Amino acid sequence: MEKNNLIKKEDVEYLANLARISLTEDEKEDLVKELGKIIEYVSQLSKVETKVTTGDISITNVFREDKVKNSTNTEEMISGAPDKEDNFFKVPRII
Amino acid sequence: MEEYEIIIGLEVHVELLTDSKMFCGCSTKFGAPPNSHICPVCAGFPGVLPVINRKAVELALKTATAFNCKISPFSRFARKHYFYPDLPKNYQISQYEEPLAIEGVLLVDNRNIRIRRIHLEEDAGKLIHPEDSRSFSLVDLNRSGVPLIEIVTEPDVRSASEAEKFLAILKRILEYLEVSDCNMEEGSLRCDANISVRRYGDTNFGVKTEIKNMNSFRAVRKALEYEARRQIACLKEGRTLRQETRLWNENLQITEEMRRKEEAQDYRYFPEPDLPPLIFDNKIIEEINLKVGELPFQRKGRFIKEYNLSDYDAEVLTSKKDIADYFESCVEKGGKPKIVANWIMGDLTALLKAKKKDIGHSPVSPEYLVQIISMIEDGKITGVVAKMVLQECFNTGISPEKIVSERDLLQIEDGETINNIVEETITENADAVQDYKNGKEQALSFLIGQIMRKTKGKANPAVVRNKLQEYLNKKR
Ligand SMILES: [Zn+2]
Repeated sequence: MEKNNLIKKEDVEYLANLARISLTEDEKEDLVKELGKIIEYVSQLSKVETKVTTGDISITNVFREDKVKNSTNTEEMISGAPDKEDNFFKVPRII
Repeated sequence: MEEYEIIIGLEVHVELLTDSKMFCGCSTKFGAPPNSHICPVCAGFPGVLPVINRKAVELALKTATAFNCKISPFSRFARKHYFYPDLPKNYQISQYEEPLAIEGVLLVDNRNIRIRRIHLEEDAGKLIHPEDSRSFSLVDLNRSGVPLIEIVTEPDVRSASEAEKFLAILKRILEYLEVSDCNMEEGSLRCDANISVRRYGDTNFGVKTEIKNMNSFRAVRKALEYEARRQIACLKEGRTLRQETRLWNENLQITEEMRRKEEAQDYRYFPEPDLPPLIFDNKIIEEINLKVGELPFQRKGRFIKEYNLSDYDAEVLTSKKDIADYFESCVEKGGKPKIVANWIMGDLTALLKAKKKDIGHSPVSPEYLVQIISMIEDGKITGVVAKMVLQECFNTGISPEKIVSERDLLQIEDGETINNIVEETITENADAVQDYKNGKEQALSFLIGQIMRKTKGKANPAVVRNKLQEYLNKKR
């Protein structure tokens, strides 16, 4: 059923778990195929001869000086949060 | 217990003494109202771009140099992914395969503790779990994005007390270089430890546990002592240890198993595409070497030997590099070491503290302090006047010599002038004179005080005392 074995169903489930998304069985099947294709496509790159192995390094050492700038207004910053209390972001309890 | 060897590795997180955060201009000041020091960058809003704080990199390089690390010619930031409400981007900008520095060493009581790596990263926010609520937590992102260095040792530490000593030395160096204030209560220094035990002679490591939640150096020692005992007891009973994370419970003085995660952590590190890599050539490394120079322990030893200072004075003067530099600059300009030390540790420090300035920005330059000291030594001004001049110089930045000449502060030593003042004072304070004659010695100090007040501290106190005693005894 799976034409290639670059991506298995367990891989999709593992990734979905890491990304905190839930998938239906159909969606998993689809993703096995789609992600497999993407991996296969990208893996062609490894056949290309190249010296650069770690991305663009034509720009290096870009710094800003250690100067304090005004922060953004607290109300504005938390205005988009799904939930808030006083000046805090409010989230479901995790411990 | 002696048949087991204890193996400890430490992981120390230190908040750097920068004014602004690692990747944005928000303030790092501790204790601000919740979420008042945040912006789209450090709150992880989409589409923002981080820019590296130069000072943070410089402080990390200084630390690496002080710990004898190799500074990587090429280093880079990486994203470390995990979900937690105190991490707004869902990844932390850290370093992974290409840390800033590797392979250092720190000497602790004649034993080398190797440093595996030192890298830069950003701090996370703070979670507050209200006592009265089981259903929600509150998030304050003021700390999110504050620059940190992580210092990781090799498993070279061999006892709990050695771990404590290592931390004390590390703290001394970081404070000296003003890399961090190392305040454990405010969380600017945090330490986790890996610990395992093995029979002496074994070459393989035993199963290790990771200990967290230690809030003081003492707690680190206590936790590691406890954990070593626990592991050894476990092995002696023939049980096997589990690799796990344990939390130090300060109230019960024990380590407790932390709730285990169902799956192994997978941080999916990859190079941070928003930040160009860092490249340090020999010239930069040489510059940092020069800036760091002698370390506090060597310098303290030298101060004791070269300047004949007490252990205490040398310790205080080498608590920070700037103070030690200021002191040596004064001595170079001709100040007597012990006298310079007293002025720095006394009046100057008090003035700096009151104005919240550091000695590197003192309006009283080493040259000015030495001027004041020389004027006392040459008998031009009294000690009382000198203190006034220091304060005036501190507040205005005007040179002490100019202050003294313009404000007519030269010492009064002339016998006749002092005689007149003594006479005048005695006539005005008949009661005190009577007290003295009745044997009250304190009356003498009172009269001297009156004279000093009249002369605004300018009268030579020794001459005043002599004249006064002469006068009073004559009249007795
Ligand atoms: Zn910010």
